[in-house]
Amino acid sequence: MAIDIDHVSKRFGEFTALHDVSLTVPNGSLTALLGPSGGGKSTLLRIVAGLEEPDAGSVRISGDLMDGVPAQSRGVGFVFQHYAAFKHMSVRENVAFGLKIRKRPKAEVRRRVDDLLGLVHLDGLADRYPSQLSGGQRQRMALARALAVEPNVLLLDEPFGALDSRVREELREWLARLHDDLHVTTVFVTHDQAEAMEIAGQIVLINEGRIEQAGSPADLYERPANPFVMSFVGPVNRLGERWVRPHDVELLGEAREGSTEAMVQRIVRLGFEVRVALTLADGTPLSAQVSRVEVEELELEEGQILHVRPHRGTVFAA
Amino acid sequence: MPARPSRVGLRVAALGYLAALLVVPVGLVFYRTFEHGIATAWEAVTTPEAMHAFWMTVFMVAVAVPANTVFGVACALYLVRTRLPGRAITGAAVNLPFAVSPVVVGLALILVYGQEGWLGSWLTEHGVQVIFSWPGMVIATIFVSLPFVVREVVPVLREIGIEQEEASRTLGASPWQTFWRVTLPSIRWGVAYGVILTTARALGEFGAVSVVSGKLAGQTQTLTLHVEERFQAFDLPGAYAASVVLAALALLVILSLTLLQRTRET
Repeated sequence: MAIDIDHVSKRFGEFTALHDVSLTVPNGSLTALLGPSGGGKSTLLRIVAGLEEPDAGSVRISGDLMDGVPAQSRGVGFVFQHYAAFKHMSVRENVAFGLKIRKRPKAEVRRRVDDLLGLVHLDGLADRYPSQLSGGQRQRMALARALAVEPNVLLLDEPFGALDSRVREELREWLARLHDDLHVTTVFVTHDQAEAMEIAGQIVLINEGRIEQAGSPADLYERPANPFVMSFVGPVNRLGERWVRPHDVELLGEAREGSTEAMVQRIVRLGFEVRVALTLADGTPLSAQVSRVEVEELELEEGQILHVRPHRGTVFAA
Repeated sequence: MPARPSRVGLRVAALGYLAALLVVPVGLVFYRTFEHGIATAWEAVTTPEAMHAFWMTVFMVAVAVPANTVFGVACALYLVRTRLPGRAITGAAVNLPFAVSPVVVGLALILVYGQEGWLGSWLTEHGVQVIFSWPGMVIATIFVSLPFVVREVVPVLREIGIEQEEASRTLGASPWQTFWRVTLPSIRWGVAYGVILTTARALGEFGAVSVVSGKLAGQTQTLTLHVEERFQAFDLPGAYAASVVLAALALLVILSLTLLQRTRET
């Protein structure tokens, strides 16, 4: 079900969390709300869920106006950063919660909970308590609990933020696959651009209560609307008016057209990829991302003087 | 181990202190009670006045504890979960019974509910007698044992946070369902401690109840008042025996507290 957010504003005391935000989340999409912490993305998600009231503006879920509709009646599934597991209930009882509230027949509840526990790979852990699960398991339980009631939209607030990087990557891929299977409209909040780039079909970059840009990951990376977007979705160099990605900096052994002199400060080898920190003659720092092969061809070493040429770059209108 | 003698000394001092202040006096009461045999003691606690006092105390506890439990949980929710005005002053007012002497509480109740009091005169016109009757004693008992549940539940509510309640709401639970299925089970230990402390306080209340009761034997006497009355009447066996009943009730309360702590740890 599509979500339409129409001119939504929200203040907390003196602090403006959201400033006249409008956005459409297409039906069946996997959308990331990306941005630095405190930028308003979690607030926006909570407003969609009905956990916060907007000061102005409105939210529609599949066309229905949500003004004054309490969270319990919105048909959303919500997953919290710190799991929000019901600590006094077993895994099975946690997942069954929404179904019991809806007074579904016992046999149906049992069947559905078993199916979901299979889906999130917690089959054998149904009788454990949340305190006996790892963080990743707890979050999968929370996801099964949210999916149990067949929500119209699935909302996840920094769902992997509290997990270590390995579990995080696993769950991230798994969420993407789950979305491919279920096609439920999914919105997740993250401050990690790699996470957003990797699994989202649409990214909405939010900063200081405003949407900086919304589009596909490729849109944001290739056609950033402003310097903030450009620098948030990946590393960037500034050369006068031009903004250049490190992989668009060409390293040359000799001067060519459009090249400038630079000195190698530091070389960091990360497997195939090599990061080179340089300084231009006027002292401007510049970073380049090159392949191992190029490093070998140029016989790069620290202190070496060579020539650099940015072969793409973006100039933003002032 | 050089620390050992001082540790032993510390233990002896602590136990000696407790013995002199608590164990010996309470032990002596037990000794005096049963000194002339169980039959004598039994006779003393089964006089009509003693029986009435016993049931009066049970009645006070039976009313004050549920009342303060419901109020305490509701008040804690209001203090921690709402943004409504007046929370600071309510939080302070809840602690008032700790600060004000029970005798003053009793006198204050007479000012309000006595025949000359501004609520009392209206109540008297409608045939309700509060002071020198059981309603006043119930009010006094509720007043002095009011803070315990609130004070136990507030920190637990703060600690559990609101995420579980929010999750419950997004899963379709109404506020009422969320309270019964999520909030209350999460704060149950805090409530249980509060209930036990409230019970102990209500059992032992003397001052406020003494002022508002009129102390009519067989009518408005609780066990504590009965003990005092027997003592004043030079009926020491009667006073000791009633004290033992009170002490036994208190021991039950302490025992349940200990058991509760043990269950919780496992």
